[in-house]
Amino acid sequence: MTFSTLRHTLSVSLLALASSLLFPACSTNSASADSETKLPYLGDRAMQPAPMAGPADTIFTVPTFTLTDQEGKTITNDTFKGKIYITDFFFATCPSICPKMQSELLRVYEKFQGDPRVLFLSHTIDPAHDSIPVLRDYAERLGVKDASRWHFATAQHDTIFGLARAYMTGAQKDATVKGGFAHSGTFALVDTQRHIRGLYDGMEPSQVEKLMQDIPLLLKEIEAEKQTTSR
Amino acid sequence: MNLGPLQWVRATAVLLAVLLLAGCFTKRKNEGARLYAQRCASCHGENGEGLRRLIPPLAGSDYLGQHRSSLPCQLRKGLAGEITVNGVKYNQLMPGNESLTDSEITNLLNYVQTSWGNKEEVWTIKEVADELKYCGGARGL
Ligand code: HEC
Repeated sequence: MTFSTLRHTLSVSLLALASSLLFPACSTNSASADSETKLPYLGDRAMQPAPMAGPADTIFTVPTFTLTDQEGKTITNDTFKGKIYITDFFFATCPSICPKMQSELLRVYEKFQGDPRVLFLSHTIDPAHDSIPVLRDYAERLGVKDASRWHFATAQHDTIFGLARAYMTGAQKDATVKGGFAHSGTFALVDTQRHIRGLYDGMEPSQVEKLMQDIPLLLKEIEAEKQTTSR
Repeated sequence: MNLGPLQWVRATAVLLAVLLLAGCFTKRKNEGARLYAQRCASCHGENGEGLRRLIPPLAGSDYLGQHRSSLPCQLRKGLAGEITVNGVKYNQLMPGNESLTDSEITNLLNYVQTSWGNKEEVWTIKEVADELKYCGGARGL
């Protein structure tokens, strides 16, 4: 190959590389411009609400649930009435991702600690081991003193795994995995209407930053809705 | 300089060998850091900071000096029950690392002993192997 043909091939491939790098960048930009104004609705039947009809039942809704938290109190969907909440799945003896994930969620908790409109809900996926005293000890060691702001909850095994599917955080029993459970470190952001409005990888600090930016957006949306309904 | 085809081959071979060797050394040298990132950081944090009263810190931990001789077996077998680190009580399960070889445990310990401002005495492989005799024996390099 002569020098000039080499140079030619090089510049062509550089151009290809540059454009492949540039174009996806453009499309993500425009996508995030939309989501800055309003968070999407996520889930099986996700659909943007029609402007006239309002958020109809075509949008995926978190099912009804009854759980018990670290203080032995019963918590249901009503516990989160009028609030937004962030939820995840963990277990106290988890050897892999949980500590990192819970320390990321702790970051979010501490940032919004002063805002009673924001609640937290961590489900144990190992209810056999994580009894109420174990959950209470875990919460206290994590530095969570107010159980009404961050619930560490347990229920029947099937209930928990059903909820994990509903929140799209995919937890399941898996003997091949260290600790006996496979689960992703996903955080789900849920609005006052039980719709999932964001999913974030709790192992990825940049995604957790995104969550912390999305929470005020969702709060703003809720305040705006309150204004229109009270008028 | 004008190189014939044979000389090119030779030069490339030498270069390759040098690169491979260097890769080998750096891999060995950074083994402690690599193993820490793979097996410890998810719990103890990238900078050994720990997590509140749930997981003890490794950075500035007084436990490292006080329980020096038990550390090799602890890394291989794990740890359970209440312990005190820098005056704070912890009581959670730390899983073992049965697959780690003696030299891997040595590199890992030395990484912990000398990172994030820690200035603990470093270990030799022989010392580590001697301690590992108390928990199932040495496992080679
Ligand atoms: C699943 C989380 C987890 C992982 C992974 C883990 N540890 Fe630990 N580690 C703990 C906990 C929890 C304790 C306290 C144990 C107790 O309460 O008995 C601890 C205690 C320690 C201690 C003694 C206390 C201190 O802070 O000085 C050392 C040293 C230590 N770990 C090093 C390591 C190293 C090195 C690795 C990687 C091979 C590792 N750990 C992996 C959770 C973990």
